[in-house]
Amino acid sequence: METKNSVKFKIENMDFHYGDFQALKNINLEIKENEITALIGPSGCGKSTFLRSLNRMNDLIENTKVDGSITLDGVDIYKDYDVIDLRLRVGMVFQKPNPFPMSIYDNIAYGPRLNGIRKKSVLDKIVEKSLRAAAIWDEVKDDLKKNALALSGGQQQRICIARTLAVEPEVILMDEPTSALDPIATLKIEDLINELKKDYTIVIVTHNMQQAGRISDKTAFFLMGELIEFSETDKLFSNPENKKTEDYITGRFG
Amino acid sequence: MTKTTVPESHRTHKYIDPEKAHQRVKKRVMINNIAHVLFFLTIVFAMAVLCVLIFNIIKDSIGWLDWKFITGKLSIKPEKAGIKGVIMGSALLMAVVAPVTLFVGVATAIYMEEYSKKGAIHALININIANLAGVPSVIFGLLGLTVFGRLFGLGSSILAGGLTLSLLVLPNVVVASQEAIKAVPNSLREASYGLGATKWTTVRKVVLPGALPGIMTGSILALSRAIGETAPLVVLGIPTLIMKIPTGVMDDFTALPIQIYYWTLDTVLTKEYANLAAATIVVLLGTLFVLNSAAIIIRNKFQRRY
Repeated sequence: METKNSVKFKIENMDFHYGDFQALKNINLEIKENEITALIGPSGCGKSTFLRSLNRMNDLIENTKVDGSITLDGVDIYKDYDVIDLRLRVGMVFQKPNPFPMSIYDNIAYGPRLNGIRKKSVLDKIVEKSLRAAAIWDEVKDDLKKNALALSGGQQQRICIARTLAVEPEVILMDEPTSALDPIATLKIEDLINELKKDYTIVIVTHNMQQAGRISDKTAFFLMGELIEFSETDKLFSNPENKKTEDYITGRFG
Repeated sequence: MTKTTVPESHRTHKYIDPEKAHQRVKKRVMINNIAHVLFFLTIVFAMAVLCVLIFNIIKDSIGWLDWKFITGKLSIKPEKAGIKGVIMGSALLMAVVAPVTLFVGVATAIYMEEYSKKGAIHALININIANLAGVPSVIFGLLGLTVFGRLFGLGSSILAGGLTLSLLVLPNVVVASQEAIKAVPNSLREASYGLGATKWTTVRKVVLPGALPGIMTGSILALSRAIGETAPLVVLGIPTLIMKIPTGVMDDFTALPIQIYYWTLDTVLTKEYANLAAATIVVLLGTLFVLNSAAIIIRNKFQRRY
């Protein structure tokens, strides 16, 4: 079932160094539009590092180095992009819910305001649209002035997703977005991710292999900084080509 | 669980024009660069002022600051004067200030943060500690004169001066220690209590080690403030010219900032006193440099990340 979607991210011969430590070795990978790509592998295998290089979040860490090329719609994101422009197009949701200490409304409006949207009527529409898209509108619509930190963890994470959506990105990166949440909240977020696929390209790091199996179209398995196997999720889980992949998904190590 | 479906209109309608957003990025990056330059200029300005100051002082002290000056006794004749007694005075003063401030300050902070109930009284005390930090040092000098000098009969001894300076910098140490203690995550306390530890064990083994870098930094900065304070000591009535080198905390004394102050005043009588003052300032600045470097090294060495 090879999809016909066009390539969004193309990663070629990518190496990544933290100082002397090589965290990623010769990664080659294509991420396609309107697909969910899951990154799995044991802790420290480089999957988060890989995710964070897609919107140059690693630029914030000193003494790091990227080699090879990463292109977004054919444009090199490390050479031909202003990093601010890049992050407008590639949003990110983090592991721990991290809403700003301000009202729900202001959390969502933060990004649009950066982009020069000042009109209350437009902001209102964006806030509603984003909260609806993040499937939390019905729960908070009467409390938009409430501090976002007063919400539960699952609600906070959906606020963070809504905040990312409000900037209207094309790609959303998610770094273990449900690892701090309970099963019900996790299901809600998974449901949401599936829904978001229609409009966005999603790359998600997860430690939960059932989750990768449930929501993703493609899965990439990382081990010790190398990309061991990358294929359709169904194939990777039912019929892996590499022995290491099979050992990992059947729980024999990792 | 009900599946949430998003209405088509909410999904596809775009409110942000990518082209306009891109144009704004250029403007926003420019504003960022302007801010960068402004912040850089402020530090250039601060460094320039500091350099001029240090340059002037060092220029005045050349030819005067030598080993004989540091190890010699005070004298009315500028070419014979040395500041051994003054250095001893400041050192003994710190020997009083450091332990008193550290002990009382940290103990207060521990009580305020770990033991006391967080109610209205707690808030009131906190506000007053913060207020004390802003009281002019002359007022502390008057307090020291009344309580330590007169009431306790300590006169203008090193002990009286040291206790007065301790009072002066205590609020800073308390506030710095409170902040450092607050910054220790609650999860660590809970982990300790969860193993059956008492409050005191938790404070001693978990909270204090975690808060130590902050406490040390705050305390050393407070000490470097104390070593440079002049006004409270002037109010205490430190004698103008002391020939005897102090050996104990009950002796009369003079300290580096005081000596600088008197020599600067007397410049109208004898011009060379300006050079003596400059040489003493260099010694004081050197001491401050060592103390503050120690603060930074200690902070880096013990720094923990949670």
